[in-house]
Amino acid sequence: MFWRILALTTKEFLALLKDKRSRMVIFVPPILQLLVFGYAASFDLNRIPFAVYNEDAGQASRDLVARFTASPNFHQVATLTHEAEITPLVDAKRALLVLHIGPTFTRDLLKGRAGPAQAIVDGRNSNTAAILLSYVNTIVATFNADWQQRNGGAITPAHLETRAWFNPNLLSRWFIVPGIVGLLTLVVTTLVTALSVAREREQGTFDQLLVTPFRPGEILIGKALPGFIIGFFEATLIILIAVFWFQVPLRGSLLTLYVGLLCFVLSTVGMGLMISSLAVTQQQGLLGAFLFLVPCIILSGFATPIANMPHWVQQITYLDPLRYFLVILRGVFLEGTPFHLLLDQFWPMAIIGLVNLALAGYLFRHRMY
Amino acid sequence: MRLRGLIRKEFYQILRDPSSIAIAFLLPVVLLLIFGYGVSLDAEHVPIALVVEQPSADTASFTGGFQQSRYFEPVIMRNLREAEEALMARRVSAIVHLRSDFARQLRQPDGAPIQVIVSGVDANTGRLILGYVQGVWQKWLQRQALARGEALTMPVQLDQRVWFNSELRSRNFLVPGLIAIIMTLIGALLTALVMAREWERGTMEALMVTPVTMREVLIGKLVPYFILGTGGMALSVAMSVWLFDVPLRGSLWLLFATASLFLLAALGMGLLISTVTRNQFVAGQLAILTTFLPAFILSGFIFDIGSMPPVVQGITHILAARYFVAILQTVFLAGNVWSVVLPNALALVLMAAFFLGVSRRKLRKRLE
Repeated sequence: MFWRILALTTKEFLALLKDKRSRMVIFVPPILQLLVFGYAASFDLNRIPFAVYNEDAGQASRDLVARFTASPNFHQVATLTHEAEITPLVDAKRALLVLHIGPTFTRDLLKGRAGPAQAIVDGRNSNTAAILLSYVNTIVATFNADWQQRNGGAITPAHLETRAWFNPNLLSRWFIVPGIVGLLTLVVTTLVTALSVAREREQGTFDQLLVTPFRPGEILIGKALPGFIIGFFEATLIILIAVFWFQVPLRGSLLTLYVGLLCFVLSTVGMGLMISSLAVTQQQGLLGAFLFLVPCIILSGFATPIANMPHWVQQITYLDPLRYFLVILRGVFLEGTPFHLLLDQFWPMAIIGLVNLALAGYLFRHRMY
Repeated sequence: MRLRGLIRKEFYQILRDPSSIAIAFLLPVVLLLIFGYGVSLDAEHVPIALVVEQPSADTASFTGGFQQSRYFEPVIMRNLREAEEALMARRVSAIVHLRSDFARQLRQPDGAPIQVIVSGVDANTGRLILGYVQGVWQKWLQRQALARGEALTMPVQLDQRVWFNSELRSRNFLVPGLIAIIMTLIGALLTALVMAREWERGTMEALMVTPVTMREVLIGKLVPYFILGTGGMALSVAMSVWLFDVPLRGSLWLLFATASLFLLAALGMGLLISTVTRNQFVAGQLAILTTFLPAFILSGFIFDIGSMPPVVQGITHILAARYFVAILQTVFLAGNVWSVVLPNALALVLMAAFFLGVSRRKLRKRLE
């Protein structure tokens, strides 16, 4: 039995890697994508283009504007002199923020009144707008505190001392890059498995395979092993890049991470083979792969938190293997979560994997044309 | 006449294998439903631990602000250790800690420190939560000042105006962006395999011995899928306006004119993949790799392009989805802003011309 499976696995590897283009497709793009996405996928903003419309000639307004120009988050693109200039600038997306300071700003401040200031923000991307506003508010808050200290305003009776655990500077790269490890592992294993049975069916070689002495279980293992091995290999490579290139801290144990990876690859290989054996043509296999991949990524909490989803959508996410793996990845990378606290994440993936593999094995014989 | 025959043949093929129709109509519905309901960056009902070591009238007035806020679901705890364990186990996302001498410190000149700990694993949500806590704190300060009979004046009180999406509803910008992603998928999925399939099955050779020209073959492949794709687009727009209540402030014809340009580019890319690989397996793998993830991450759909490093920003320029996302978000939320639409539409024309032109060049009546 061992030799038969070995022969089948060898044949599967040959089918995957014999074609030079296929070899390229499996190994080169995922690594390139990790590098590009690792830099691209971030909620942190820098060099936000902003414009200033300052009607006030006093010292205080200049001080406020200087705090914006000095910040690495902001980059001044224009100085406006008329109110009418604001609309075309924002409409054309040339500035995301227009800081409008009224003519009486410095005078009002010196009299102890609130100075008129307005922030106009492009809300087309509401998330960018919300983050931008939080930056603006931070700058204004420090300006206020400094002004009160210098000019003896009212003292606030209580102040906030904020700290962020696990990620003190709130770098969104630390959140996203471990997520990309899961994302690319998912894509690679789907790539390897989702079309494999469909191709043999379309070409008719699957019928030949079925009349050989192979048992369905053996065919299943032979088909699953290449996905397993390639998935493991690439995940390792991606983890290395995440740690050594992107400098994301790896605080937990590698053993926990790899047990998680094992369960995850089991579930995605199972899904991929199930889709593949359900499809009669490669076109259908490709459609199935997308109908699986896209929801899987969207509902995993990779970019948008699961807690923000409506209740019934949250229930659906329990079927998503990536959801569990992301918890493991982020836990092990950032929080150093110990093995026993992640047990609830391991077994659902293993069950998803085993059920799908069993279904795939059943479909091998029971979906014939 | 010959062209009409080719188109008819392609339509039959579409109708016989329903997967193409599923791609054009089922895929947008499923994806829009999942995305539209599932994707939201607006954190509400954040579980938060309020650690009050010594309850008093002062602490109650402070924590009352959290109980009224729709952003928080507070749990009162007595000691910090308990709260820290809850944070570790992800039962709460943040801790607000009032020490036992809070009431006494309030009356000191330095003021009382309020400790806020937030889980930074999800940095974006962490920052949002800090902003919400700050809001609650400021409102409390104002209430306190009012109670003492004085007005709390901050030197600068910023008046915030968010244009185009005043209540910052994330669905309003996510759903238009989604249409671009869905159309990318549809375009590539529909055509990525069609040419390769003809090569693989040997029917391409049969086509070559007929009098049809290769240009006719290409157009014959393009027209049916273009019609299918436009149908998918119409369905997506209808769902976003009526189901998800996204305002459509620009004009419908502009939306469809630019969508046609984008569809030509997306279908052209699929045809190019198919023509170059001549192998369904490799074409399928390439389609999976080059469409969804790049469009998802690099198009500006969710992550701001302006904040990416220059090299990565350069890479985003080769994605058709990037231009379409900019057009969609503007036409939906801002209106017909020509200074945004025209340059992006021009880029789409160039990309469509490039993909279709290269496909045409690569497609010769020649066997190897």
